[in-house]
Amino acid sequence: MVGFQNLRLAHRLTGYVSRSTCELLLKIGCRGYCTEISNRVRNLFPLNYISAPLACIPRTSYTDLLRYSSTQGLRHEQFCTTAGNEEMQKISVTFVDKDGEENHIKVPVGMSMLEAAHENDIELEGACEASLACSTCHVIVMDMEYYNKLEDPTDEENDMLDLAFALTDRSRLGCQVIAKPELDGIRLALPVATRNFAVDGYKPKPH
Amino acid sequence: MALSRALNFCRSFSTVSSEPLRVCIVGSGPAGFYTADKILKAHEGAEVDIVDRLPTPFGLVRSGVAPDHPETKVVTNQFSRVAQNRRCSFIGNVSLGASISLAELRELYDAVVLSYGAESDQALGIPREDLSGIYAAREFVWWYNGHPDCRNLAPDLKSSDTAVIIGQGNVALDVARILLRPTSELATTDISCHALAALSESSIRKVYLVGRRGAAQAAFTAKELREVLRIKDLSVGIRQADLSKTPVDEEELKNNRIKRRIHELLSKAATPATSECNPGQKELHFVFFRKPDRFLESDCRSGHVGGLRMERTILKEDVGSGKQIAVGTGLFEEMECGLVLKSVGYKSIPVAGLPFDHRKALIAAWSLTLANLDDQDLLFQVLFQMFRDVF
Repeated sequence: MVGFQNLRLAHRLTGYVSRSTCELLLKIGCRGYCTEISNRVRNLFPLNYISAPLACIPRTSYTDLLRYSSTQGLRHEQFCTTAGNEEMQKISVTFVDKDGEENHIKVPVGMSMLEAAHENDIELEGACEASLACSTCHVIVMDMEYYNKLEDPTDEENDMLDLAFALTDRSRLGCQVIAKPELDGIRLALPVATRNFAVDGYKPKPH
Repeated sequence: MALSRALNFCRSFSTVSSEPLRVCIVGSGPAGFYTADKILKAHEGAEVDIVDRLPTPFGLVRSGVAPDHPETKVVTNQFSRVAQNRRCSFIGNVSLGASISLAELRELYDAVVLSYGAESDQALGIPREDLSGIYAAREFVWWYNGHPDCRNLAPDLKSSDTAVIIGQGNVALDVARILLRPTSELATTDISCHALAALSESSIRKVYLVGRRGAAQAAFTAKELREVLRIKDLSVGIRQADLSKTPVDEEELKNNRIKRRIHELLSKAATPATSECNPGQKELHFVFFRKPDRFLESDCRSGHVGGLRMERTILKEDVGSGKQIAVGTGLFEEMECGLVLKSVGYKSIPVAGLPFDHRKALIAAWSLTLANLDDQDLLFQVLFQMFRDVF
């Protein structure tokens, strides 16, 4: 047990400890483990112990970093749009999933389609939490008429749409489509798949 | 083996009434966590253990994503939620092959998913690749991201003002950006301290990005290119001649939105050569149509790289694939440099007990790892997930 306490402490202090130390601790852990009683086992090994400190493992909290990054404006204006306004006007939005099943929801004006999807348990990923670093909230506006009512995508949104799986000429990122009265009745199709995490070394396939 | 016993022991305390589906995922990077997420969602009885050779989870998100891309790392919030699932465990410090064998894992679990990434590098296969001062971009990335395996890399950034990066993908742009961005800006990121200290003393002022093919074929994507072009006080060199398009290029660009947008960005950045470059200003040069031929040893430091000999190329259509490939012209030129970063692709490492295709550096039979999984639908989902992540 002591070994793992140290390991956790080391994580917090340095982010990493040397490999040999870790292996040593693991060996100690393993040996101790087989003689420990059962509730300790759970603690020592997989679940509670390791999953809890996950959040404090990164050297810095990435969400804190975002506060200083240039994407701040985008993130805060467009992801957290629900505050205030008591008598919120709502519009009707239909999400159509890959099997053609329809999901009718009401979305307050000002809320992004990503946020609306999450509030209504619609499977739209949003891995980067609306900071324009992924294409996992890719949606397809089903009617051109509605697509044309949207403001043109920014360069940054287009950069991410480049990476989207099965891009169409009516594709947008859900986090960038904000509910407004003219969009009442909009229908959004969810693509058959998303490209879930385009790491920096990733080579996208051409569209 | 202790660990094997340990895992077995742990299993005997499982309290799910029906037999759970036990899955072990090797590697806790994006592929691992996405696979875990899908399995846990698709199968209510599934229990997933994610093992990793490092003490820390998230693989490439920690060690691969550039420190100035915090928005890309936000995905770890999602992974942490997966790890907090009662049916999911993360076990660090478990190295496949050393701590436990694949055979043992397959005995312990109904299915084993190998998502351990690609921790090695493609070689150029040209003479003198062994000189010091030549690194794989992956090593350099691991170094500035604080990966324990490369923390002592200590790349020499002080004895020359020129670095050559071979390859023109996003990793190449990442390392170029880290070399060229003002360190005052890097200091606000979560770059490792040893890298920040070394970079603040770096004398590298000129970075060349060398690619065999042209601007219409460059592999990087628009976001990364835009970022590097926006670096403060950076002079960007792109030869106008390299931007001219052949009819074949035109056709390629017409059908490829990414490449078309890249070409537009490069064309905008290629201003007519103004020579009013301040002395000491940093420079980034895109060098197209050059194939590395051999590395040259430094005259004053034996065993250290001092330059690169390159062959000029032209594009020819490959009969098999129909793609345009670079072929040498027999014309050579040399460039001086004191640091070389090879960014020409990763390679997976084989694991004992599975067939391995050394040419493609891939495990030859994916389905083998999932042989015991009888839920076909889930099998498909898992495979699909893996293929999406890998290819």
